[in-house]
Amino acid sequence: MLRYAIRRLLFAIPTLLAISFVVFALLDLAPGDPTAQLPLTIPPETRALIRESLGLGQPFPVRYVRWLEQFLANEPLNLVEVLLGIEIGDSEGRLRVSSWATRSPVVDLIAQRLPQTLTVVGVSYLVAILIAVPVGVFSAYRQYSVFDQVGTLITMIGFSVPTFFTGTVLIVIFSGVLGWLPSIYDTTHRVTDLASLGYQLKQMAMPVMVLALFSAAQISRFTRSAVLDTLHQEYVRTARAKGLAEPVVMLVHVLRNSMIPVVTVIALGLPTTFAGAIITEQIFRINGVGALLIGAIEGADIPTVQTVTFIFASLIVFFNLVADLLYGILDPRIRYD
Amino acid sequence: MIRLRTPILTALAVVTLAVAAAAERGTDGELRMLYWQAPSILNPYLSGGTKDIHAASLVIEPLARYDEHGDMVAWLAAEIPTLDNGGVASDLKSITWKLRDDVVWADGTPFTAEDVAFTAAYCMDPSGGCASLASFQGVGSVEAVDDHTVRINFDVPMPFPYAPFVGSILPILQQRQFEDCMGARAPECTEENFAPIGTGPFMVDDFRPNDVVRYVVNERFRDPDKPAFSSVLLKGGGDAVSAARAVLVTGEFDYGWNLQVEPEILQEMEQAGKGEVVTAFGTLVERLVINKTNPDPKLGDTRSTFQDGGNPHPFLADPAVVRALSLAIDRDILVEAGYGPAGQVTCNVLPAPAVYASTANDWCLTQDVEYANRILDEAGWERGRRGIRAKDGVRLSILYQTSTNSVRQGTQALIKQMWGEIGVETELRNINASVFFGSDPASPDTYQKFYADIQMYTNNFDGTDPQAYMTGWICDKIPGPANQWNGSNISRYCNPRYDELAAEFAETGGIEQRAALAKRMNDLLVSDGAMIPLIHRGEVAARALTLGGMRHNAWDSTLWNVHEWHRIE
Amino acid sequence: MAADQAAAPAASARAAGHGLPGAHPERAKHAVWHRLRRHPGAIAGAAVFMAVALAVLFGSFVHGVDPHYLDYRAKNQGMSLAHPLGTDNLGRDTFARLLAGGRLSLAVGVAAMALSLTVGTVVGVLSGFFRRLDGPLMRFTDLFLALPVLPLLMVTTMLFREPLRAALGLEAGIFILVVGVIGITSWMQTARIVRGQVLAIRAREYVTAARSIGARPWRIISRHVFPNALSPIVVAATLDIAAAIITESALSFLGLGFPSDFPTWGRLLYDGVPFLTLTPDRVIWPGLAISLTVLSVNFLGDGLRDALDPHATTHRAPVIRRK
Repeated sequence: MLRYAIRRLLFAIPTLLAISFVVFALLDLAPGDPTAQLPLTIPPETRALIRESLGLGQPFPVRYVRWLEQFLANEPLNLVEVLLGIEIGDSEGRLRVSSWATRSPVVDLIAQRLPQTLTVVGVSYLVAILIAVPVGVFSAYRQYSVFDQVGTLITMIGFSVPTFFTGTVLIVIFSGVLGWLPSIYDTTHRVTDLASLGYQLKQMAMPVMVLALFSAAQISRFTRSAVLDTLHQEYVRTARAKGLAEPVVMLVHVLRNSMIPVVTVIALGLPTTFAGAIITEQIFRINGVGALLIGAIEGADIPTVQTVTFIFASLIVFFNLVADLLYGILDPRIRYD
Repeated sequence: MIRLRTPILTALAVVTLAVAAAAERGTDGELRMLYWQAPSILNPYLSGGTKDIHAASLVIEPLARYDEHGDMVAWLAAEIPTLDNGGVASDLKSITWKLRDDVVWADGTPFTAEDVAFTAAYCMDPSGGCASLASFQGVGSVEAVDDHTVRINFDVPMPFPYAPFVGSILPILQQRQFEDCMGARAPECTEENFAPIGTGPFMVDDFRPNDVVRYVVNERFRDPDKPAFSSVLLKGGGDAVSAARAVLVTGEFDYGWNLQVEPEILQEMEQAGKGEVVTAFGTLVERLVINKTNPDPKLGDTRSTFQDGGNPHPFLADPAVVRALSLAIDRDILVEAGYGPAGQVTCNVLPAPAVYASTANDWCLTQDVEYANRILDEAGWERGRRGIRAKDGVRLSILYQTSTNSVRQGTQALIKQMWGEIGVETELRNINASVFFGSDPASPDTYQKFYADIQMYTNNFDGTDPQAYMTGWICDKIPGPANQWNGSNISRYCNPRYDELAAEFAETGGIEQRAALAKRMNDLLVSDGAMIPLIHRGEVAARALTLGGMRHNAWDSTLWNVHEWHRIE
Repeated sequence: MAADQAAAPAASARAAGHGLPGAHPERAKHAVWHRLRRHPGAIAGAAVFMAVALAVLFGSFVHGVDPHYLDYRAKNQGMSLAHPLGTDNLGRDTFARLLAGGRLSLAVGVAAMALSLTVGTVVGVLSGFFRRLDGPLMRFTDLFLALPVLPLLMVTTMLFREPLRAALGLEAGIFILVVGVIGITSWMQTARIVRGQVLAIRAREYVTAARSIGARPWRIISRHVFPNALSPIVVAATLDIAAAIITESALSFLGLGFPSDFPTWGRLLYDGVPFLTLTPDRVIWPGLAISLTVLSVNFLGDGLRDALDPHATTHRAPVIRRK
């Protein structure tokens, strides 16, 4: 298992390089333009100069290699410097990956936005898992019971009604009619005491609800079907025939063996807690990483899109590796070597 | 506080409180503003985006501004230089600004003419990518005559010498702060670009790009009683509808910017009684731009290119057809459906300032389907299959594109039906704004490439002088492969008569003569069918009923007089 | 309810089985159909789905209003006889648009689901079953997971919109484009899940047994692996339809899908949300239509899953243990 993990980690390097190249090429090909959002009063000649000043005139390979150098060499060096408080070589002259829209280092932008994304998207994902797995398991255990039917109804509606709709409905009800919850997320809010914690919970309530409903729907459907599958296996019948107590059968025999699809779905969803939830972030103005990414894409801010996407890709590769290792733990018969 | 018994007394108390509050600095608490497009940088020279210009206008200021009527008012200058007071040289080749002497930067250093000269040098450095470079066109040099006098010398006579440093797009930067940020180094000065030191009523306290700006009061601001608010929160993100809701319905914010939303939605929200919608009209005109060249895909590389007139559009090159299309449109319905009080029907490309507005094209104000049909009948376009007109194998079939925006898609649907009534078939297309208004030469979907018959968008000009704007339709400015599709004459309109008028315009002084010329150019554009003007659009904002002192302005940043804003009960 | 419908098909189920070598395929098919017919959820789901499909296909014969016609003077109306579900802010009939939109949405949903499911299942089964393919295929999946969807869509649209429109006409060309785009950006989850399942199945006794008697890989896949991996696939299918209908609305909003005057359910919902408090009909009905369709497909899928599950009936055991 360890050998497999190391091999996979080493293999991740060329994979990530290939991904970064494809993404860069894709962005280069995409018909966006960083000056598109400027007012039309700025004449075309000035726009050409602005593009020139962003380095857009240079050929594609040059820009790609420069990004690689800036992101994979300069940024880590900077991080080391900041963490250890030392200076390595010419740290003033070292160029960092800079956003075209804000003209500031992309890594700083991400760092600024990560807290709100992790709090809102992360918490909602946690809530979703905590609701979805038990609901899925119980729905399967009592297949076609009232609980199962109602659960199915709610989760499917949760999935088929898009977040832009649920979000707006919640705002109209809780902020407009009732006036209980703020409709706009304050990213500068600091939790220092009970009252400010209360406000933080209030402003998180709606986005977390919207996102959790959406993710929970998906996870609980896969959990339900996986548990149903396992319940029908011979070894479960054997375990019951042996006279094992029902909780033992469920926890030891059923749950563990039905976790493979569930682990896959959860692992696939985890990187998105970094990438944020684009629509929900926009509705509640959480302005996290998801909003950063979508804004950068619309503004053709290639360095930002490339950097966020690359970190996202790294997380995907990592969590898929974790999922693969978990398969082996959940089902020792699965071998990779 | 002591409770007052009678309502009259309460009202009186409120009035006195309000007056008192307005008269003292920093007593009205926090001003909360919502911009659904968030500012990304606070140095307008490096951005040019309206949101960034507005966000910066609380901090850094120009020499003069436009007020809500479009009149120039001295700001950091002591007075507006004119020919009469000797500020403008009689040969129109220089302008001399006298600066106020009571202005200090927020860091306590004095504001001088050197700062003005520096700002000019900063923007005119070609490697800096300055967004306002065009405003310095014709500027030879900017020199500080003494601490409080600055002279701008032009290479050619300038009938309108007020382009540099007038209006929020051209504020003065502090030389001390930006000295090391010239040219190619400009983008690297993150700290400076995120928190410029200014002379305005507020200072940047915390800036999170594309998210939120927090400002605190500038204690060194020249008017000791202002601003009334002690801090400002400018939050960004989301969309226009929810921004309107946050001001008008939930009352979480005091001010919401740029709310292009269907009028019935705003009307319903206003009924919550927390705020009101305000509109100011500048020079924005929503128009249909007509492609005078043939965009047929079969032409390959020559589609939508001018070819010295060798590639005319099969039917839109004919002004009569364009006239019929214009007459078939009921502009009142377009206004009612998409704009409400924020729009007025117009037949002019140049609708304002009032002296420039022509009345020669008012035939388009009322829909006349019968007349439109008659024009097409007389021109030989006969109804054929499915009622669509055709002549010599050419069908009146139009590809009509615009950017993605629910109001625009509504307008598209309405116009498609109106044109259906005169036998014109329309295919609609909407393109993501970041692609449509981009100028990636590799993309086929930009408004400059114009691979369609008709496209719709809005355009205007900065300030009140239309010279640069009207010069945009001369033959030389037609976009094409030779100039990487960079050109402002999107219609591919070419009329030597128009070019002559444009040349004359550049040499004519005196507002009356200039207005007469501008009107003639406007009328030529409309009668030759280069464009179909639709709607004179206002800038829409929402304000909370408790926000006073706001003078909504379309000629400058709407936050131009934020130092006068205050809380009312 | 659960217990009584469970007992009957038990015997036939075991025989039809998960394709033990020698089980009769005709009988297996018959048993599946038999069990599906006895499944109330499946019947209800099928009935609702058919009803929705029939309504959108033939509804315009009953309700003959042109969905594109703007009766501007009758805008923002509530329910009435002339406009059973009211009108939108340009005076278009909501009911007619719902019917017209359903044709496109259902077609896009089903076609994109089929595409995404096929690609996902093939990739998942291949990489789960063949060790040598696992590495490359899964890294390829990682690549697609990491690609930023929006630029990908823009590039695809830029490259293929014109040629498809020229070759197939406006509607068919864009339909192919939309289905293709949704398909290629949504198969990865299915692939990962199917692979995980296949990895586990491959290690089971019956696969080892089949292999030891020299069964060829394709036979093992089709008789043992695929049927046992079916239940996550069915779940993915139902979720994919919903996702495709919603994604389509995002596409047309971005200007990448159908022109704005082509109604689809997702688009109606999207356009209607700003008018939520003014004319709630505009969001309730498309939302309901999408939910109803997805629910019906889901119940149909549940029934299918149960009917195909070789062991389905053995587990009503809790009934016995309820003391």
